[in-house]
Amino acid sequence: MSDVYIAGIDMLKFGRFPEKSVPDLGAEAALLALKDAGLTIQDMEALYCGNLVQAGAMVGQRILQQIGQTGIPVTNSANACATGATAFRGGWMSIKAGVYDAVLIVGVEQLGKAGLLGGGGGGGGIPKEGLLGSQLMPAVFAEAGMEHTRKYGTTFEQFAQISVKNHEHSTKNPKSMYQKETPLEMVMNAEMIAYPNTKLMCSVNVDGAAAAVLVSEKKAREIGMGRAVKVSASVLTSDPFTERDLVMPDINTCTRQAAAKAYEMAGLGAEDLDLVELHDCFATAEVLHYENLGLCGDGEAGKLIDERQTWHGGRIPVNVSGGLLSKGHPLGATGVANMYEISTHLRGEAGARQVEGAKVGMTHVIGLGSACGVHILEKTA
Amino acid sequence: MFARMHAPAPLPVEPTRKVSIMAEEAAAQGPRPVVSYLKLPDGGDPYLEGQKCGGCGAIFLGERGTCSSCGASDRLEPTRLSNQGELYVYSIVHRSFPGIEVPYVSAIVDLDGGGTVKGNLIDVEPEPEKIRMGMPVEVVYKVAPRKDAEGNEYMTYYFKPRS
Repeated sequence: MSDVYIAGIDMLKFGRFPEKSVPDLGAEAALLALKDAGLTIQDMEALYCGNLVQAGAMVGQRILQQIGQTGIPVTNSANACATGATAFRGGWMSIKAGVYDAVLIVGVEQLGKAGLLGGGGGGGGIPKEGLLGSQLMPAVFAEAGMEHTRKYGTTFEQFAQISVKNHEHSTKNPKSMYQKETPLEMVMNAEMIAYPNTKLMCSVNVDGAAAAVLVSEKKAREIGMGRAVKVSASVLTSDPFTERDLVMPDINTCTRQAAAKAYEMAGLGAEDLDLVELHDCFATAEVLHYENLGLCGDGEAGKLIDERQTWHGGRIPVNVSGGLLSKGHPLGATGVANMYEISTHLRGEAGARQVEGAKVGMTHVIGLGSACGVHILEKTA
Repeated sequence: MFARMHAPAPLPVEPTRKVSIMAEEAAAQGPRPVVSYLKLPDGGDPYLEGQKCGGCGAIFLGERGTCSSCGASDRLEPTRLSNQGELYVYSIVHRSFPGIEVPYVSAIVDLDGGGTVKGNLIDVEPEPEKIRMGMPVEVVYKVAPRKDAEGNEYMTYYFKPRS
């Protein structure tokens, strides 16, 4: 089976673009990725498109209607917050299988100021939100964080530090929605949404798009390996049965299983990673994933925060892009945008936020319901 | 769960037709269960019902044909869940949809003998210092403060601290 390489990748600066459509945003990102690869839509043999909110609206085809209707197969995918990673993995599998040598991946979303997400309830009768607890995302991820507090005594302040870090990181990322520092007191004193998550500890609903061109080894050699990034592992899992999962979504087990498979596939371990972009949809979630991804032992996440090991310049920088908390979280685009971040560091093109000497990076997303995508990317040259 | 992401319209807190024949009929029938796993036996006390797998012992809420833990089919039997348990984890919700009173405590409770249920924790101040994970709680049943569009009442459950 051929190795798979990222030949081109780019993203739009995340923000709010009410004057544009979902296909507008996707087409713009697709053209940037093609340009980055030095290829055209005529070179693409398939399109894998990820979008959640307009899942039934043939977004991929509508993108081709803007940038070139070449008649290639289009697969539209939706997988909650793992939507972008799922589209990416579809393309990766097609090259692994030897079906294609060059495919286009687009992740795109338009959320605007969507407000609180989740809590739809359903099932008839009376609304259950606020009567039978909360199904809103801030509360669901708060409860997941409180499990860590219950086990290890993790504090509100430690959770808040995640947000301080990611906002600080974003000041050096021109493609982040926000580029503003938020000191600890500001984070902790922000409006409480669902304890222990304050408003500044919730990811930002934004519009955005990111795209990538994936190629086989043969195609990569043909166009030049210079800036190519190797996809060393691509893994997707769903939530296996665990005791409380159907009442309290278990975001840990599917992440642990995905990480273990990814390390095995890449022949690497957590100690080989130079940077990680993980799914900080809420500050509480990032803490859990330090342990889930093996960046530290169980119960050591608090120590990792206290020692600033995941800050830029620390032992294992996490979310140097600013993460979902500051860069923004356009659901379907998120999983491709974090590949852009890692690729940019591996190519040595990350400017002021460059993680020096980065050779290996990991991306992680989780969609509640649940779907977890983990990828490991490696520098080639 | 995440797919239903659009914020629903503000909740119909007040019934749209306050007095109607339907409402009178509904009142005569008594409150309906808020969820299918809350049981209201004639002349008996309300209780929560789980579905227990005869193959692996996993307990689910709501009827189903197959166990998602071990895959066994037709081995799920109704089981009466305990009204006592312990608080596993919680969050204090300060912002919700329009029409929903905040703050409230969203709680995950492990019931004695098995089964995990989510609901509101009441009779406790919504402050982290006042809530202890692991504290004993009991399930209590009350008529919900919301009615549906036809004016029907619903029986719901809450958790409250147990001394």
